[in-house]
Amino acid sequence: MNRRAYLAARIAAEIIVPVALLAGWQLWTMHLDSQKFPRLSTILVEFKDIWLFSEFGTHVVPSLERIGLGFAIAVAAGIALGIPLGLSRWARLWTMPHIEYWRAMPPPALLPISIVLLHSIGNVQKVSFIAFFCLFPILLNTIDGVRGIDPTFVDTARSYGLGTLERIRRVVLPAALPQIVAGMRNSLSLAVIMMVLSEYFSSTSGVGYVLLISKNTFDFGPMWAAILLIGVLGYLLNLLFVLAERRLLAWHRGWRATAPV
Amino acid sequence: MRLRLNRLTEALVFALSIAAALAFWEVISRTGVISQKDLPSMSTTFRELWSLVQTGGFWVAYVQTVRGWALGLGVAAVLAIPIGILLGSSDFAASAFRVPIEFLRPIPSAALIPVLFLTLGTTLKSEIFLAAFGAFWPLLVQTMYGVRDVDPVALDTARSFGVGRVERLYRIKLPSAVPYIATGMRIASGVSLILAFTAELFMGNPGLGQKVNFAQSFGLENQLYAYALATGFLGLAIHLFSTAAERRALRWHPSQRLGAA
Amino acid sequence: MLETRSIAKIYGSGPKATHALEAVSFTVADGEFLCVVGPSGCGKTTLLKCIAGLLRPTAGEVLLRGKRVFEPPDELALVFQDYSRSLMPWSTVRNNVLLPLRHKSMTGTERRKLVEDSLESVGLTRFIDHFPWQLSGGMQQRVAIARALAYQPSILLMDEPFASVDAQTRGDLEDLILRVRDEYGITILFVTHDIDESVYLADRVVVLTHSPTTVKEIVPVQLPRPRDQIATKELPEFVNLRGHVYRLIKRELTAVTPVESEEVSPDVPNTGTPV
Repeated sequence: MNRRAYLAARIAAEIIVPVALLAGWQLWTMHLDSQKFPRLSTILVEFKDIWLFSEFGTHVVPSLERIGLGFAIAVAAGIALGIPLGLSRWARLWTMPHIEYWRAMPPPALLPISIVLLHSIGNVQKVSFIAFFCLFPILLNTIDGVRGIDPTFVDTARSYGLGTLERIRRVVLPAALPQIVAGMRNSLSLAVIMMVLSEYFSSTSGVGYVLLISKNTFDFGPMWAAILLIGVLGYLLNLLFVLAERRLLAWHRGWRATAPV
Repeated sequence: MRLRLNRLTEALVFALSIAAALAFWEVISRTGVISQKDLPSMSTTFRELWSLVQTGGFWVAYVQTVRGWALGLGVAAVLAIPIGILLGSSDFAASAFRVPIEFLRPIPSAALIPVLFLTLGTTLKSEIFLAAFGAFWPLLVQTMYGVRDVDPVALDTARSFGVGRVERLYRIKLPSAVPYIATGMRIASGVSLILAFTAELFMGNPGLGQKVNFAQSFGLENQLYAYALATGFLGLAIHLFSTAAERRALRWHPSQRLGAA
Repeated sequence: MLETRSIAKIYGSGPKATHALEAVSFTVADGEFLCVVGPSGCGKTTLLKCIAGLLRPTAGEVLLRGKRVFEPPDELALVFQDYSRSLMPWSTVRNNVLLPLRHKSMTGTERRKLVEDSLESVGLTRFIDHFPWQLSGGMQQRVAIARALAYQPSILLMDEPFASVDAQTRGDLEDLILRVRDEYGITILFVTHDIDESVYLADRVVVLTHSPTTVKEIVPVQLPRPRDQIATKELPEFVNLRGHVYRLIKRELTAVTPVESEEVSPDVPNTGTPV
């Protein structure tokens, strides 16, 4: 098959496969005719009715707020703690046992404890829970990023008499940024999961809460619509992040493409 | 002044660091900074854990969670690695399925909890399904990445010597992909544990998660903390194990590049 | 102006210790162009880092204008071999040259003028708002030189700066650095493994031994200035000096076991990538 035909086939496949999968889903649910697995068309209608836009403000907005705030705190703390830890071997020696323990802890194990300790199931508890566990990917990636900086960058900065703070601001942070951003991307998808879990476990609002309620009332249409919404939210957030990353790290791609190996 | 860091010093700092944290916990709780009702003291929690460890029920729960983790990871591996190799070695297949993968990847498996609860119920099957679904995606992506990220020079050399497609796959691409697969297994392992525990916590499947839920519902704070602690240790053990396995697989790999952490 | 006294640098301790440097002593006069050559792996970079204050020597001292050097002095600028890891890839050429000036007390306008002037003297004014990696290797090294010049040092240390650049560009850069020395009147300490280059550029050439490294001989170069890539290299005096230095280094190489002396001889042009 010549090159042109191959490329055309590939593009065709890129379009046909997703469409075929969706059609398959619709056909299978039609054939099944089960209440538990409503047709794709039904789900889409429910989705439009509920989430565009009648319940959007009541549930999607609080969920997004929690994700946003929790993520922001995790980013700030992760970088602020990660840079000194990356630079100081002594600091790492003292803190790594704890970091390793908490990063390996399955987050749901701490859900009940977070409620008990903070005496609430409100936003503070949710945001704290999200922020705490989203901290670790960023923290660990920041540490790795800082440790992996080519010593020549640091030598250059030192030879020109840059003070420690200036060095961190102008050399360490930009140099570690690609690695930090990778950690941020993991953290963001983690934030979505943590949001769903914490709201499903105990909440009075939010997308996870809707999921719980529809399960309790055996309302399958809204339940699947909520699942679809969570998937869409996760996808959109990831997309936004990738776009931002592309702009932020354009220099990195250019540099890696041309630097001697 | 530069202190000499040797093995002894490192071990000392390690022990001191943990001891200090435990002491801190004890003090905070005993002096009532956080009330003992909300945060049982360190000694109380460990005493509770010790008495639990001596019961059969504790170990049954432990094994049940490990079982869920192992089976979920196993199912994910059995599916993700072959599919990943297939998709990774064929540009055509990879681009055909790119869109569906990009859409399904960000769906938090947590969102499927209600569906599983209402369909498969509180069975081992639902726990395994949840864990496997979550663990599948990172492993798939890492495997694909690993098969594709082969040194093009090595491939061209083989091709110029007339090495066939299939042989190129298992002689060059697969060995080169092993470190990435090892990284994928480490990530998937963590995800599988989280989801197995989640199934137990939210759906009541037998295991550590269910014990935590039980303790919380009946206000048994000491038990709650003891089980959370035990879960943390399990998480740590699994994390150390998969990290060690990953490191061994990475040791002989010439390239220093790793997939997303 | 600059003096090194018995610099020694030992890595590790006990039987496995590596004696990178052992009692290296020489002086650099004000305004002099001093080249340092030696066999591969003889610790030239280590020596330069000790002189620059980036490394503490295990023994001996470095004196700049009579004062001991403990950390990189204000008067000293360093140009590294690997420009792709010395120029900050996240900043434009302008901001790269600006970086060392930010903490020096002067107005924004003064800084900007310094940046523009130094880029002009290396002929890169047109690329001032490009990113370093958008430029060729030779141009990137010129940016590094401009950055060092903008810093207004009285002494410039250069660590095999033209090793990662192709041979023709290297000739241009050599002439550039000679011009810069004449224009700015700075002292230059230039480390290289390229014997031809060292004789072409220098007022004196310091020849190092292999590890553990000391000064083997200091060769005065009294070739006429201004130097020319063709004319100077045709002079019999150049050929003699070059041969003399080559022989010194070759003797160093053959003084070790035959296996080790199979290493690349110092004056083979290095077109490889930096390690």
